[in-house]
Amino acid sequence: MSTSSGSISSSPAPVTYDPASGPVLEVDDLHVEFRVRSGVVHAVNGISYTVDQGETLAILGESGSGKSVSAQAIMGILDSPPAVITGGGIRFQGRDILKLNAEDQRQIRGPGISMIFQDALSALNPVYSVGFQIGEMFRAHRGTSRKEAKQHAVELMDRVRIPAAARRVNDFPHQFSGGMRQRVMIAMALALDPRILIADEPTTALDVTVQAQVMDLLKDLQRDTGMGLILITHDLGVVNEVADRVAVMYAGKIVETGTVDDVFTRPGHPYTLGLMNSIPLVEAKGGRLNPIVGQPPNLSRIPSGCSFHPRCPRARTGAAAAPGRDCVGDVPPLRLVVPGREAACHYSEEVLGV
Amino acid sequence: MSDPADIAAANVLPEPSAGEPLLEVRGLQKYFPLTQGIVFRKTVGHVHAVDGVDLTLRRGETVGMVGESGCGKSTVAKLLVALEKPTGGTILYKGADVAKMGGRALKQYRREVQIIFQDPYGSLNPRMTVGDIVAEGWSVHADVAPRKGRLQRTQELLDRVGLNPDYVNRYPHQFSGGQRQRIGIARALALRPEVIVCDEPVSALDVSVQAQVVNLLEDLQDELGMSYLFIAHDLSVVRHLSDRIAVMYLGSVVEEGTEEQVYGSPSHPYTQALLSSVPLHEPALRGQKDRILLQGDVPSPADPPSGCRFRTRCWKAQEICAVEPPALVDRGQGHPAACHFAEARQVVPTEVL
Repeated sequence: MSTSSGSISSSPAPVTYDPASGPVLEVDDLHVEFRVRSGVVHAVNGISYTVDQGETLAILGESGSGKSVSAQAIMGILDSPPAVITGGGIRFQGRDILKLNAEDQRQIRGPGISMIFQDALSALNPVYSVGFQIGEMFRAHRGTSRKEAKQHAVELMDRVRIPAAARRVNDFPHQFSGGMRQRVMIAMALALDPRILIADEPTTALDVTVQAQVMDLLKDLQRDTGMGLILITHDLGVVNEVADRVAVMYAGKIVETGTVDDVFTRPGHPYTLGLMNSIPLVEAKGGRLNPIVGQPPNLSRIPSGCSFHPRCPRARTGAAAAPGRDCVGDVPPLRLVVPGREAACHYSEEVLGV
Repeated sequence: MSDPADIAAANVLPEPSAGEPLLEVRGLQKYFPLTQGIVFRKTVGHVHAVDGVDLTLRRGETVGMVGESGCGKSTVAKLLVALEKPTGGTILYKGADVAKMGGRALKQYRREVQIIFQDPYGSLNPRMTVGDIVAEGWSVHADVAPRKGRLQRTQELLDRVGLNPDYVNRYPHQFSGGQRQRIGIARALALRPEVIVCDEPVSALDVSVQAQVVNLLEDLQDELGMSYLFIAHDLSVVRHLSDRIAVMYLGSVVEEGTEEQVYGSPSHPYTQALLSSVPLHEPALRGQKDRILLQGDVPSPADPPSGCRFRTRCWKAQEICAVEPPALVDRGQGHPAACHFAEARQVVPTEVL
């Protein structure tokens, strides 16, 4: 289904990608900044990650951590200007898409990478029926006729479990509930059988009972198609229940990454630990919360050294710091601290207690 | 600073003795009309936003109210602070019916029952300085703070909620979401309320900042002895803060009890489904939850189902559920649940098996 798009003659050179050879998507030292009147906002400052077939990578972070901007860079939907990708590479099935021209990028992203958004009502066009919008993918990338495209749309709506799909295909977005609209968007994203699906806060706007339905659907679809899923969220619970690996972002950088089990059971970065201590439990009343002090940094004035140091209870500087590990002066690299775990903290071993 | 005795002298409402309910809500209803036509507007139906809510709030206590969007939580908040008039039912404050209050009594009620809103961006006037926002209430309730010491009192309040007192002359846009929420809290505190209705006060905040505001609310309560009605959709935050909890579905309370009763042995099917949907963040507890996936969506409050409101999505529904609305009574679970077939069931794992 993915390479037999006969109607497109100008498609880029045949993909010689072997699924066994490596990750589907590799992001390598990506930098994105926004050049605005008041200065330069450093939204993404050198992040790298990979996503394998059938794997779910969660990108966890608070607002302004750069998690959505990095995803928009992969999808090529950054507003430029003001956004500029200032460095790094994005390799999809081994090819660096940032090195291609716009049309070739479209040919790769269109069928290969899809994205779903937090707010389905504003992501869908209110003046076209949902069937038309889902079918658009087939018409644009496969040259399918309108009638056939609508047929495909009904099949897809069935697949995302929208009841009475054949009857509802001509309905407009406002006629659907929040959960159903999210399904419509998922149907659009799945139309061309992508290898990577980026879900940017897919359930944040939904109620918990509907959120559980949508997350279940995403999990089932991923199992059926073997696509890689990038889940962008701020909800630690969703990460724990859905993802295999997690990358924690702070001030435009990945500060910790590893399997969800490892990271959540024993955080290796003070920020991750702070997040874990900040949330109340639903399973017990618990004592007083231990919030992280202060505010997330302004991205046009990111603190020197470790960007977390003004809020970090372990930050050391001057005489207290080990040579080359001054939290205010030396930028901590993302390094392997224990097998399978990387953290960007000079004193990660202490946080882990090893 | 004014002498508390001055305020006490000005009060018209009686002081209830300790442990007595401060706020009692009985059968509260609010219907919003649905109209058609432009010139000749006729009412074609009603949205049953709140339909039979009972609540009791005692001094120094926190009652949590949870429910999904559209269940009427925020309408209850607006009714309690007298921003909306109820269609039916009564709100008793210190034993007096709020609907029958007039003049001085209503003014005192409005001073003593304050609200904190969800959206820290929409709820502060962008053209007013922080100092003016916090002090605005005193222009109506002048007896709370004498004109002379107002600036100092404002700075004390800012300091109390964790903001730099020198920020009195700044504007809301110069603050982050968490700081704005603190301004909203200072504004509510300025009038020395007895009750604060918190309508989703931390939902718009990031996790790390949310915990700061939750802790601030706890500290203020310990110090000033206020009562909170804490409305939120985040079940873990509500559990953390509340002594008692009411679960709402489509305009009415379906289950009520202490934090331990509602979370430990939920008895209404909706509460069970709601709790089972909350994602847990402990890897060890993953997969140990009893998953209950509800079918479909919440019905429209303009045309609620007959009998039990939840029956259209309930796996236990039988004929009686369509006919007879279940009363909110204890059916042997130790706390009231509005279900004909109420049955306690542990949904949230409490420890690693």
